Amino acid sequence: MTLKARYARDAAIQVGVVLMTLIVVIPLLIIIVYVVANGITALNLDFFTQELGSPARAIQGRPAGLRASIIGTIVIDLIALAMALPFGIATGIMMSEYPEHPFAPVTRLMVSTLNGMPAVLMGLLAYALVVKNTGGFSALAGSVALAFVMIPIISRTTESVLRVTPWSLREAGLSLGLPRWRVTVSLVLPAARAGIVTGALIAFARAAGEAAPLLLTSFGNNYFSMDLTQPMDTLPQRLYSLAISPYRQWHSMGWGGAIILLLFVMLTFYAGRIAVKKMEERALGVNEERRTARRKTRKDRREANQ
Amino acid sequence: MSNPVNGSVRMETKDLSVRYGPAIYGIQNVSMPVHANKVTALIGPSGCGKSTFLRALNRMHDLNSDVEITGQALLDGEDIYAPQVDAVVVRRKIGMVFQKPTPFPTKSIYDNVAAGLRLVGIRKKQVLDEAVEKALTGAALWDEVKDRLKSPGGSLSGGQQQRLCIARALAVEPEVLLMDEPTSSLDPASTLRVESLIKQLKDQVTIIIVTHNMQQAQRVSDYTAFFFVGELVEVSPTGTIFGSPREERTKEYLSGAFS
Ligand SMILES: Nc1ncnc2c1ncn2[C@@H]1O[C@H](COP(=O)(O)OP(=O)(O)OP(=O)(O)O)[C@@H](O)[C@H]1O
Ligand SMILES: [Mg+2]
Repeated sequence: MTLKARYARDAAIQVGVVLMTLIVVIPLLIIIVYVVANGITALNLDFFTQELGSPARAIQGRPAGLRASIIGTIVIDLIALAMALPFGIATGIMMSEYPEHPFAPVTRLMVSTLNGMPAVLMGLLAYALVVKNTGGFSALAGSVALAFVMIPIISRTTESVLRVTPWSLREAGLSLGLPRWRVTVSLVLPAARAGIVTGALIAFARAAGEAAPLLLTSFGNNYFSMDLTQPMDTLPQRLYSLAISPYRQWHSMGWGGAIILLLFVMLTFYAGRIAVKKMEERALGVNEERRTARRKTRKDRREANQ
Repeated sequence: MSNPVNGSVRMETKDLSVRYGPAIYGIQNVSMPVHANKVTALIGPSGCGKSTFLRALNRMHDLNSDVEITGQALLDGEDIYAPQVDAVVVRRKIGMVFQKPTPFPTKSIYDNVAAGLRLVGIRKKQVLDEAVEKALTGAALWDEVKDRLKSPGGSLSGGQQQRLCIARALAVEPEVLLMDEPTSSLDPASTLRVESLIKQLKDQVTIIIVTHNMQQAQRVSDYTAFFFVGELVEVSPTGTIFGSPREERTKEYLSGAFS
């Protein structure tokens, strides 16, 4: 092949790559622009400080907002994360660190099944487990449903980051006479913590956007409630019900809610990126080195002054 | 702790074989004594099974389910592979320094060295401080790190990391210390310091050291074992091996006939 032909091929491939990227990015931009254009007018002070109430409120122009849904989303999501973390991390450890254990293949099968299960089934599962047995829809049932969404994500990321931590680390711990569980807890998990945090945040953001598992569990509530045993509102489920409502005012509030949900997910990822970076820096001693350097300059200055 | 008589047999292997697969031998039928409070050097060409043998002595192969071990490895007459023996207890008595430096990257220099001690329940700061300083001094690292004990172990240079690993192994005061080419990533000065440490440690510890450096073997060891293609060719006092080896293959190896 001549040099010219090579350049031509290189250029063609570049054009192809750029084109494909645009095909992916442009619809995303359109969605963001569309959501923002439609919802920005709904974002006033009332939106963040008032509960939704009955449709009459919005129609009559009385103050109404999505405060209950915003707070509910955060509450239900955080409780779900607290429930899912121990199970997700434990099953990840089981698959990575104890592959010879008789439970390991069962765990793997369950995690992949959960992972492939449609989210609405997680809602049904939580409905059967919690709602049926406690006698009604509740925020906690919603958390359980979202925990089922989170567990396989946390589990799989935990397994894969544990797998890439070097064997030599485990061997070094064992050679000191540490038992295996101690090596896992004190050496392997800390070395993999940045990856585990990333997994937890992906799970958190992913669950924050799920409406289906919540319809049958936390159900929704037009009024503000902090009672975990009662129905509670969440953004995704509220967006759905606002969208299918016949009221124009509610539609516009729904677009506003979509902006908040979008921001919430984006902020979660962003916060996660920063947290992971901080952790890596600390692990590499960047801060310690900086602090030592600062201490040294201060000392030098003092000595120079004398 | 009952310290065995100087020069008596501390460890002994009997027909010890390690297979990495049905027909892949790492070592085959190795029978040799390891004398108490002596330094035994393992020499031989690359891939002859030195690391395999060393790792078999503190049950480091346990985690790899493909590895099959037959024969015996006795510590004070008791087989460390006997069913009632706990590998964790064995490894507390038999410490190891690996071929590649393996500091705990997220732990500080101090915590790296203190890790093993904390495990056996030592919590007193003063005791830990003293043990950490002693181990780091022993490993010829104290002066370089005494001002930055809180920095992570991963922030040290490769050679410093290896000395940190030596200090970490020393801190728990093992009875037997296995060292797999401990100085291969060190500069000449640190190498000499580690060698003098080895000679100094002999009073308390039985040491087995793998080395590719024949001068080093002669400088530090009392006994030398020559391995070739998974077999132990001969083990003799170091002076005998380097002076007048019994086996023809040992002679050829030492004269550089194969490497
Ligand atoms: N995990 C493993 N799986 C399969 N074969 C292995 C494994 N580890 C080592 N071997 C094989 O066992 C033999 C002995 O290896 P070993 O690492 O003990 O050699 P060595 O004498 O330490 O060499 P070097 O001086 O290069 O470190 C080699 O042929 C090697 O390929
Ligand atoms: Mg080796």
